Amino acid sequence: MAKIIEVDDLAVNYNDAEPVFSGLNLTVKKGEFVSLVGSSGSGKSTILRAVADLIPTSHGCIRINSPQEKTRRPFAMVFQAANLMPWRTVYENVALGLEGLDLGKDLIHRRINSALNLVGLTEARGRWPYQLSGGQRQRIGIARALAVDPDILLMDEPFGALDAITRTTLQKELLRIWSETKKSILFVTHDIEEAVYLSDRVLLIGGQPAQIIEEYNISISRKLRREHSEFLDIVKDIRKGLQSSFDTTVIPIV
Amino acid sequence: MKPATSYTYSALGLIAFLLLWEAIAQSGWIETHLLPPPSTLPQTLASEISLGIWQTMIWASLRHYTVGFFVGSLLGVCLGIIVAMCPRVAASQAWLARVFRPIPPLAWIPFAIIWFGISQTAAAFIISIGIFWINYFTAMSAVQTVDKDLVEVARAFGHRSTSAILRTVILPAAAPGIFSGLRAGLGQGWMTVVAAELFGIAGIGQRMIEASGLLASEVVILYMFSIAALYGLSDFAFIKVQKQVLNWQR
Repeated sequence: MAKIIEVDDLAVNYNDAEPVFSGLNLTVKKGEFVSLVGSSGSGKSTILRAVADLIPTSHGCIRINSPQEKTRRPFAMVFQAANLMPWRTVYENVALGLEGLDLGKDLIHRRINSALNLVGLTEARGRWPYQLSGGQRQRIGIARALAVDPDILLMDEPFGALDAITRTTLQKELLRIWSETKKSILFVTHDIEEAVYLSDRVLLIGGQPAQIIEEYNISISRKLRREHSEFLDIVKDIRKGLQSSFDTTVIPIV
Repeated sequence: MKPATSYTYSALGLIAFLLLWEAIAQSGWIETHLLPPPSTLPQTLASEISLGIWQTMIWASLRHYTVGFFVGSLLGVCLGIIVAMCPRVAASQAWLARVFRPIPPLAWIPFAIIWFGISQTAAAFIISIGIFWINYFTAMSAVQTVDKDLVEVARAFGHRSTSAILRTVILPAAAPGIFSGLRAGLGQGWMTVVAAELFGIAGIGQRMIEASGLLASEVVILYMFSIAALYGLSDFAFIKVQKQVLNWQR
């Protein structure tokens, strides 16, 4: 399968300090669902921000193999706190990424409606963000990303702040949307079960500067995944890997 | 408390105050030219209107006030935003602002007269100074406290230039803060309007100093209440507009 994201020998430094990570290599294939797991502060969100071109990199390169088009964006990001603009209605929030694209009014309208339809919130289009629940806000965050019709979704702990029931519902919905839209997804989470449940591949991030220290291919059929005995084995495996990444990480005494 | 109950109490408080004042003024403890009773006010108003003075003075003051308000607010808000968005400009104004900020608007009266003469412009200039500083600092802090995460969202969705960030995030996010500065300036303006006219520019202030020289204290009180009424009206109208513009707030 063709590679859609290629990260080659990448390094990121914040303010000339120790690099957050260096020599990082990573690929995501077209249509693949890849998760990055690691402890808080391990640098997984930084990788996502570098791919989204939100922070400067100090070395290496990132290739996004998606054509630049005037009517869509190659990638779109979903944030942990949905971060909707409180002064925009749901409809206007979903329109955020469409402003600046070469789309007529009709097409904008259609894009927004189909994105809202995908997340099941068509009837909320006139509401203000404060009138939505946490789960609904996150759905709108996902719709905002889907509206730009990206090949890649970059998701930064999108369900981290939600209660357990809403989280499970949204995980299922994300899988449905993913299979319907055939997007490639790079997903950051600290929840190992979530990563194993959702992904084709889980990359464990750890060390200082951060590295990919282990890669897990999940081949269990998604329909039975949570009930499958192998599911828990993989979760345990990753947890062990995460634990040993802690043990080998030398925390400097300042 | 229900709004209706709250209004009732507010009205009762005002009525009680007027009755107490009337009683004290009528009792003869204090001479009426020192404290005229409020019951003389309607008659005073009628006579000032029939002489054509009230309308002329209110109209003149309103003009100084409006010009001063718009100039002070516009400059204050614009400069406040620019300073908040450019760290270098912010650093270069820091000491300057500290030097000029504490100078009260009235201390500018001599310069206002030297630069603009005894004119409408001089009064508007003095009024604008106080309003400028309020708006300058509130707009600056409103922009500085805009949620950085929202700026990141806008950038992630293709709004990358400074003007795009300003339009999509900074201005709408800072709007509530900017509005509170404008509203504070609305009150501050009325406070300086009288003082700005004390040195001979036609307006409420001039009429008040004239009347106090003639010991016509009921005229002074009439204009004091006129200012209160004008402030009340402008504040009421402002809140209506603010509610319309910031209708996304809870």
